[in-house]
Amino acid sequence: MAAKKASPDLVNSSFSFKSLKLKTKQQELLLRVSILGLVYVLAFIARLFSVLRYESMIHEFDPYFNYRTTLFLTEKGFYEFWNWFDSESWYPLGRIIGGTLYPGLMVTAALIYWTLRFLRFFVHIREVCVLTAPFFASNTTLVAYFFGKEIWDTGAGLVAAALIAICPGYISRSVAGSYDNEAVAIFALLLTFYLFVKAVKTGSLSWALGSAFGYFYMVSAWGGYVFIINLVPLYVLVLLITGRYSMRLYVAYNCMYILGMLLAMQIRFVGFQHVQSGEHMAAMGVFLLMQVFYFLDWVKHQLNDTKLFQTFLRITVTSAILVGGIALGVGTASGYISPWTGRFYSLLDPTYAKDHIPIIASVSEHQPTAWSSFMFDYHILLFLFPAGLYFCFKRLSDATIFIVMYGLTSLYFAGVMVRLILVATPAVCLISAIAVSATVKNLTSLLRTKQKVPQTGSTKGVGSSKSSSKVTLDQSQPFHKNGAIALLVGVFYLLSRYAIHCTWVTSEAYSSPSIVLAARGAHGNRIIFDDYREAYYWLRQNTPTDAKVMSWWDYGYQITAMGNRTVIVDNNTWNNTHIATVGRAMSSYEDEAYDIMRSLDVNYVLVVFGGVTGYSSDDINKFLWMVRIGGGVYPVIKEPDYLVNGEFRVDKGASPKMLNCLMYKLCYYRFGELVTEYGKPTGYDRARGVEIGNKDIKLEHLEEAYTTSNWIVRIYRVKPPTNRL
Amino acid sequence: MKKNSSVVVDLLLLLLAITVLATPAFSDLVLSKVERRIDVTSQIARVTKTLKVVNSGSESVSEFTLTFPKFLSNNLAYLSVSHSEGKGKAKRSLANLSVKEAHPKGMPDLISFYSVSLPKPLSKGDTLTLEVVAAFTNVLQPFPEKITQRDIHLVMLQESAQYLSPYVVESQSLSIKLPNARIESYTKLENSKVQGSEIKYGPYKNLAQYSYAPIVVHFESKAAFAVAERLVREIEVSHWGNVQVTEHYNLVHRGAQLKGEFSRLEYQDRPNPQGVSAFRHLLARLPPRAHSIYYRDDIGNISTSQMQSDSKKTELLIEPRFPLFGGWKTFFTIGYGLPLSDFLFASEGKRFLDISFGSPMIDLVTEKLIVQVVLPEGSKDISVTTPFAVKQSHEIKYSHLDIAGRPVVVLEKNNVVPDHNQKIQVYYKFSNINLLSEPLMLITGFFVLFIPCIIYTRADFSISKSSAAYLAKLQWDEVLATLQEVQNIIQKCLAAHDKLEASLRDLSRTGDIQTCKAARKSTDSLLKDLSKELRPLLASLQSFPSASQISPKVEELVAKERELQEKLMAKHTTVVEGYEKKSSGRDIENRIASQQQKIIALRQEVDDLLEFIDEI
Repeated sequence: MAAKKASPDLVNSSFSFKSLKLKTKQQELLLRVSILGLVYVLAFIARLFSVLRYESMIHEFDPYFNYRTTLFLTEKGFYEFWNWFDSESWYPLGRIIGGTLYPGLMVTAALIYWTLRFLRFFVHIREVCVLTAPFFASNTTLVAYFFGKEIWDTGAGLVAAALIAICPGYISRSVAGSYDNEAVAIFALLLTFYLFVKAVKTGSLSWALGSAFGYFYMVSAWGGYVFIINLVPLYVLVLLITGRYSMRLYVAYNCMYILGMLLAMQIRFVGFQHVQSGEHMAAMGVFLLMQVFYFLDWVKHQLNDTKLFQTFLRITVTSAILVGGIALGVGTASGYISPWTGRFYSLLDPTYAKDHIPIIASVSEHQPTAWSSFMFDYHILLFLFPAGLYFCFKRLSDATIFIVMYGLTSLYFAGVMVRLILVATPAVCLISAIAVSATVKNLTSLLRTKQKVPQTGSTKGVGSSKSSSKVTLDQSQPFHKNGAIALLVGVFYLLSRYAIHCTWVTSEAYSSPSIVLAARGAHGNRIIFDDYREAYYWLRQNTPTDAKVMSWWDYGYQITAMGNRTVIVDNNTWNNTHIATVGRAMSSYEDEAYDIMRSLDVNYVLVVFGGVTGYSSDDINKFLWMVRIGGGVYPVIKEPDYLVNGEFRVDKGASPKMLNCLMYKLCYYRFGELVTEYGKPTGYDRARGVEIGNKDIKLEHLEEAYTTSNWIVRIYRVKPPTNRL
Repeated sequence: MKKNSSVVVDLLLLLLAITVLATPAFSDLVLSKVERRIDVTSQIARVTKTLKVVNSGSESVSEFTLTFPKFLSNNLAYLSVSHSEGKGKAKRSLANLSVKEAHPKGMPDLISFYSVSLPKPLSKGDTLTLEVVAAFTNVLQPFPEKITQRDIHLVMLQESAQYLSPYVVESQSLSIKLPNARIESYTKLENSKVQGSEIKYGPYKNLAQYSYAPIVVHFESKAAFAVAERLVREIEVSHWGNVQVTEHYNLVHRGAQLKGEFSRLEYQDRPNPQGVSAFRHLLARLPPRAHSIYYRDDIGNISTSQMQSDSKKTELLIEPRFPLFGGWKTFFTIGYGLPLSDFLFASEGKRFLDISFGSPMIDLVTEKLIVQVVLPEGSKDISVTTPFAVKQSHEIKYSHLDIAGRPVVVLEKNNVVPDHNQKIQVYYKFSNINLLSEPLMLITGFFVLFIPCIIYTRADFSISKSSAAYLAKLQWDEVLATLQEVQNIIQKCLAAHDKLEASLRDLSRTGDIQTCKAARKSTDSLLKDLSKELRPLLASLQSFPSASQISPKVEELVAKERELQEKLMAKHTTVVEGYEKKSSGRDIENRIASQQQKIIALRQEVDDLLEFIDEI
């Protein structure tokens, strides 16, 4: 009887469950929103490794400048910030901060900060700065979703969002604390592209306007906006050539270009470059070409005579190109249009910087990319990218043409410069997402159709309660289903490997603040070298407030931000001569250097030295660049003087000039008396693995003021001149 | 040198003043025995005096006068006088006596006077023992004032071998306790001797009023001359169970200044980790159960600190980023949380916070101490009691989710030594209802955030209510609603079918034909009702032009459903008949086999159609 009663109950319950069941559409929406929400959170928390491993702090070099300016902005307000003349850097020249930076990042962080304060959350501006990058990375995933939806479908959008959320190429620049322009710029870049593609697709003015504002935000945030202003016209040109010219394109491009240009001119650092610099001329050229196209279209419509039109076309195109060419030539010759900058050249010709601008070549992130770092940053995306391209070409539309062009150009730039991997990352993620989504969709549809067709079950009898519905397989394609399952498993295996790889890379490689160094001790314990902050804090507390500190430019931003002291040169590198002067001082003999330092009012000299800890990116290893940059301006400094048979050495075989130059002396002062490693002679340099060549260093015009506990930073005081009486 | 010479001038002036002093004593008190002990093992000179007072006059006396040379009293940080009764081991100290600065007329400026009111007037011939504790800062002068890293740290103390008093002293002695036996020099008088690390002067008998014998002791000190130029302690009370203490230190080493270069090599090679001319560590003794301790400065966390805790105390050994040499400065912040129940008590309808005033650092001198007690928002009737005089003011502080701000009691005091580490009490009234205000605010905030969302999704914001697109949208919404209803009804029909099938299964098990028939009847009527409901819906669906694509499908669905219904009924009839005729199960099965197949096919079609409609 119990069983008898139970069965109608069961029917009832299944009935009520059915009525509660969401509709397929609602289910899909719920799934989509929850996946997006999870991806949003994931993108944020994956970037918090650095806070967990170290602390909530600003990383690297440039972020310290951004942090300092943000602090200034929140304390003094926007107008003070806009008109800020900073006398603490580039002594004695100073720097007009308001006119030489991209304010987007600082204004964004300040706005977040003010909003939070308005909502009565009294957070510290440092926390806002630290978390700005993860926050914008999360927002980027949303944009990636919409972009993916626009160029393919929602599935591809979701996959793109998930891929970009943890892609190491993007994480490397957006971990918590990496408070750099790129943090918001990638968001702005992708947003601009998305809105532009949307505008081209719909031909709507409002989307084009949105895209112009996105472009404005991008210009305010990062110098990489040049990529947009060249890629978009290139894309338009390709559409024109392939005969995809339409009114939609005309509206989208003209609105975006004109408004974007006008808005961008409001940024003081960019100013009139849109009409004056060679890098921006392509956009203008395409803009004019669009007008010619439109005009021709109109004439064609009026004439109704193909022959006449052909002649007209020939004359118009020739004269248009001629006028454009002459204008460009005259502009360049008269100096109205500035030629391409060195950085731009070095993008087109990877060897250019090495020969002509050592200051660009000396930065490690400007080096050409190695294959291993592609693999490291993209992992499976590197293989999915071509597959995605295949799908894009298979279903060619305005949108897919855009993503293909974005992918190919940015990948080229990523190959030229390591740091530009970042720009290529969204494109690679989107195209790979298309590959993943399309493949998975094809495979699952194969599985689904199979299950549906043979629903021909037979009840054995009235008595048998279970109507066993046998699924008879379609015998014509016996291996399809198994093959599809195997492929799906393979795809999910690859994706899970990707997730594991990304997590590992994030936690191990990209979460180090590079201010605090960590190493493993002999017993596997974690040793922290906090020497940088030790030295900067010493400067802040125990030197006169107007002291001028000379160091290589790498440490300039950190000294001004953390040490709060005036520096001679910093990471802005706007004045090559000034940097060369410092390079010259570092590579001269002490008495010559003393004259240079006196002329620059230097009170303290700071060098970074890794000989005790084995820290390899120290000033001795950077020294050849100082020589090269110094020698580039002052021919008295010659690189061969510091080399022995073309080899850079610091041991006994080093050249005499090397052994007695200021940098050598400051790094190795009293190092000759120290035993660094058991079983090695005194003065054994662990970073280079040699015993130093000059152990008896006497300083005449400088004295040791402070050396950090692991000798990584050494600060010297410049003595006042001796009394001549 | 300048400082020293000025002190010497002071001393000379003082001597001159004393010789000029001709006025008689304040009263007829006589100090029968004076013992003074000066402890200079740390940077603070702590003077303990035991004074035996005898009233030799005829009137009873209720006030006693203490005197210090001006150059010492300028640096007087702490002074307390207590009187003790009994003798030897049974001696016990009684309550502290109140001390006031006095300015008697006709006395030279170079002597400061403090009058102590005695617990009860001292009548003729009575004796009383007073215990005086005084702490002086800045009286240990580094000499030489600048030393190199290798030099030892020498300091100088100036005092008087004889006790400066407005009373006649019958017998007195002085002992100075030094940190170690290394004494550079000391003033040799009669009856002076060195015992290990102690210098003893006296006993001297029968000294006149205002006797003075200057002495100078020059000795080595390894103590940390850590001085907080400014210390801000913020004590924030949260009634959610936490007292958060945040202390900002502006620390400086006030010993001899470092001359010449700092050599890391020499600093790390010296076997003694406690640098002579520099100090590396500071020890803070925090209350027990202190938690969430942090130690940081302007530019981030400082990782060099160690903590040990047991049930009685929490010891925090902090190491500044760099060793502090003479004249070097640093700034840092330490913070910790304390359990509220250990510090907050209630009395007479008020709550009071009972917390120590000074810094938890050992042997730290604070030049300017600012204690800010931040009370919860909504606290009223705030009053403070302190064991010593402090400057008081009130402020408002804004923290997370504050509207009116939190009341802050600001207490300021200069020249604070560890002896000031006494408890202060902050009384205030606070109602527990206020606790809920912040969570409620958060809830309201989210509510306010979601209200527009709800309104946005529900309300109709289209500007032109007569546009074609708008009307089409409205109609489409109606179509969808109708479709939804149709679907519901079909679902109900299908459920009824299931019931019918179930009744058949029951029949096969129990053979109860009557119940089966009853079930059939009820299902029949139900299905009829449903089909009645369905009719107007279908009609309205057909009337919509936008549903022209869908309505054939819906009609097909309804038709199929009806067919399914009929087939099912037929099957039901067959089975029931079969049972009535008592034919065998196999026979019935054979008879309905074809029907069953059709039913399944139809059911499949209906499901497909339903799914199709669902996806619209």
